[in-house]
Amino acid sequence: MKAMNYRGPYRIRVDEKPMPEILHPRDAIVQVTRACICGSDLHLYHGMVPDTRVGSTFGHEFIGIVRELGSGVTNLKVGDKVLVPFNIACGECVFCVQGLFANCHESNTMATAAGGIFGYSHIAGGYDGGQAEFVRVPYADVGPTVIPEGMDEEDALLLTDVLPTGYQAAEMGGIQKGDTVVVFGAGPIGIMAAKCAWLFGAERVIVIDHLEYRLDFVKKYANCEVYNFRSIEDPVLFIKHITNWLGADVCIDAVGSDACGNAMQTITGKKLLLQAGAATALHWAVNSVKKGGIVSIVGVYGPTDNLVPIGNVVNKGITIRANQTSVKRLLPRLIEHVQSGVLSPKDIITHRFSLEEIPDAYRIFSSKLDECIKPVIIV
Amino acid sequence: MNVVTTDTPIKDSWAMDENVENDPTYPMRNREYTQVPSRPEQQIARVEILQSIERPHYSAVFGETVPPSGLSGQLRRYAFQHSESRYRHWLPLLLADRINVVEELVKDVKNGHIPNLFVEMGGRALWKYDKATLFKKTAFCALGTLAAVWAVRRIFSNK
Repeated sequence: MKAMNYRGPYRIRVDEKPMPEILHPRDAIVQVTRACICGSDLHLYHGMVPDTRVGSTFGHEFIGIVRELGSGVTNLKVGDKVLVPFNIACGECVFCVQGLFANCHESNTMATAAGGIFGYSHIAGGYDGGQAEFVRVPYADVGPTVIPEGMDEEDALLLTDVLPTGYQAAEMGGIQKGDTVVVFGAGPIGIMAAKCAWLFGAERVIVIDHLEYRLDFVKKYANCEVYNFRSIEDPVLFIKHITNWLGADVCIDAVGSDACGNAMQTITGKKLLLQAGAATALHWAVNSVKKGGIVSIVGVYGPTDNLVPIGNVVNKGITIRANQTSVKRLLPRLIEHVQSGVLSPKDIITHRFSLEEIPDAYRIFSSKLDECIKPVIIV
Repeated sequence: MNVVTTDTPIKDSWAMDENVENDPTYPMRNREYTQVPSRPEQQIARVEILQSIERPHYSAVFGETVPPSGLSGQLRRYAFQHSESRYRHWLPLLLADRINVVEELVKDVKNGHIPNLFVEMGGRALWKYDKATLFKKTAFCALGTLAAVWAVRRIFSNK
C-alpha cells in the first residue's frame, strides 16, 4: 500500500509499505478515504518531537471504510464508514472510565505522560498514522464511530480532532456568560475555539495572530475581533488596554510549540531546541489573563521544559487547564451541532491534495503558502 | 464575571452549551475510579518495543512501527533506561533522531535509491508559491557545500 514516509526534518515522500495487520483482537483495518494534515503534524515534520523515527507514517485525523475486524470487535461491520478519533483509547482503564480518553493508560508503552495517538511518533505509542491507504486501528470497539447518514464526509473528518479540540479548548476555559475570551492563534484549532467560545456564553471573543489572511478568515467565520500582533508592540499590554486594564477572563493557547513573536523563545525553542518549542503564546496567555482567570492550553508542546512565567501564575491566582482532547467524550454533542448546522467545520478546508502530493501539502501548510488554513489528503 | 448580556454577534446558538457547574472547568476527576477490575487482553510483541521505565509492563496495545536499529537504536535503548523526567531520556532520543536520518539516507543509497530531496522537501510547492525562499535555500546549501569541500581540500593539502 502507499503511505506517507517521514525521512527526516522537512523531508517526506510517498512509499510502498506493507499492509497493516490485525495484531490484537480489538483491532480493525481501515481503508482511509480522507486524512488531514494537522498543525501538530508540523511539529513532527519540523523535527521537534523526540523519538520521531525515520520511516514513520504520520496522520491522526482520518476517516475511512472498515475492511477487516479483529474477533473482539462486535459493534462495527466490514464496510462501515467511520470517523476515527485521534486518541487510541481502551475505554476501560482508570482514565478512560472517567471520560479521559486522551489519557488512556493501555495504549502507549513508550511514555506514560501521553496516551496513544495515531502517527504521532514513538512518544505517543509508535503507531502508524492515517496518511496512507490503510491503517491499523487498535481498540476499534471504542474509538471509531460510524459516520451518521447524511453527514458530509469532510465535516466528519474534522470531527476526528479539529472541532473537538477547539470545543474542548473553550470548555476547559470554563467560559461563563459575559466572559471575555482571548484566543492565541488563528490556525484551525484557534478558529474552532473562537467559534465554540460563543456556545458557552462568551460576551467578547478576540483572536490574536500574525497572518492577515487567517485573521480575515476567523473574523468572518467566528464573528470575533482580530488583532495582528505584528502591528501592536506588546500584545499583553494591548489586551490589558482593551479589557479595562484587568485582562481577559479566559485565555486560550491554540498555538503550541511552533509559535513566533518572541526572538528569545524562537531561538531557544525552535532553532536550538533548548526548550520544548517556543512557548510565546502561553507566555502571553498567562500574562494577559485576568487575576483569578483561566488559561486553557490545547497547543501541543514537546515533553521537556518550556520557559513560562510561572511566578505570575502564582501571583495572579490563575487556573491552568490543559489536555489532549478526549474526542469520544465530545462526539455526541458535536455531531448534534454539525447536524443542526450550528457548526460547519468543513468550511475551514482550503486545500485538497492527493496522497502523491503530500510533500507539497506539508510544505504549503508549514510555510503558510497560498493562504493555506487546512489541507486535506484525498486518498 | 462581567455583566451578563446577549449583545453578541452570535444570536441563535449563543450560550447554548453554557454550564454554570463548569467552573473552573470540566472534566473533573472522579475519585470513584481508582482501580479497574481487569486489563484489556495483552498484544504480543513481534518486534523490539522500548518500554518506559515508569510503567510496570507493556500497555495492552502498542505500535510496532520502525523498531530500534543501528546506532540510533543503541541510543534509544540507552534513553529508555531513564525516566521521562530526565534529560538523559530525551536528549539521546533527539540525537538518535538525527543519526537515524543519516542512517536511512545511507540505507537508501545502498539500496540504489537516490532520494529526490527537491521533491521530498516540497520544492515543487516552493517553486510555485515562494521562489525567493527556494533560491535563498538553494544558495545557502550551495555555499555550505562549497565551504565544506574547500575545508576538506585544505585539510588534505596541508597533510
